[in-house]
Amino acid sequence: MVYLTRKAEFAASHYYHNPDFTAEENQRIFGKCNNPNGHGHNYTLEVTVKGEVDPRSGFVVDLRQLKEILHREVLDAMDHRFLNKEVPEFSAQIPTTENLAIAIWQRLVSKLNKAQLHRVRVYETPDLFVDFYGEA
Amino acid sequence: MKAHLTRRYMFSASHRLHSDDMSEAENTVTYGKCNNPYGHGHNYALEVTVSGPVDESTGMVCNLVDLDGFVQREILQRFDLENLNTREEFVRTVPTTENLCTTIYDILQRGFTYAHLDKVRIEETMMNSFEYVGENCVIQ
Repeated sequence: MVYLTRKAEFAASHYYHNPDFTAEENQRIFGKCNNPNGHGHNYTLEVTVKGEVDPRSGFVVDLRQLKEILHREVLDAMDHRFLNKEVPEFSAQIPTTENLAIAIWQRLVSKLNKAQLHRVRVYETPDLFVDFYGEA
Repeated sequence: MKAHLTRRYMFSASHRLHSDDMSEAENTVTYGKCNNPYGHGHNYALEVTVSGPVDESTGMVCNLVDLDGFVQREILQRFDLENLNTREEFVRTVPTTENLCTTIYDILQRGFTYAHLDKVRIEETMMNSFEYVGENCVIQ
């Protein structure tokens, strides 16, 4: 089994707000992230797939295909977007880094055929990242 | 759904690697330049990984304010800009980055209750890093 990681970057804005909370609760729990005008990050995404090395091609996965899937499913939808308003997953969910990693996993997992998705890592900043392994 | 969150912190400290159980010659052979009696320092990078179910109402594994507050209070205030050898945590053990890793893991494990502690990782320099996940666990 070999693991391959592909990196990508995207820039997006978001804010944290739960309509079930009062304004005071939202402010206390989410602090500055509750600003309804949003704020942005340069996100770094790392997608790790695993599989056996194909004896003919020497590949775990065709990187060109992986790049295409990443662009189509994730970057085209999220790069230079306001996550709360423009990405459907976040109309009912708060676009935290945790939920972003889960949403990206769910967008990718069914699209990969030969290699298996192992991990989605999303860096919100260089000193904060979330890993999702598809665990229930 | 379960997610794993990692937060990275920086601190600077000095140390000297020296064991009272070894002769001078043994200390020199074992620790080399790190045995310099005056000590030397590093800019350490600390990564703390916690995990748990993502809370549906907040979208979070744990509130970063709680994690940052705990690490600031219990770890950075204790070790940042200190000589590790003078700290009570290293009275009986050598302040190698291995021991620093397990010490910080124990502090978090005992005191941080908002999420499960997965791992402590420390970069001593850009060239070497150490990870501890507790006993009987395997690094993912």
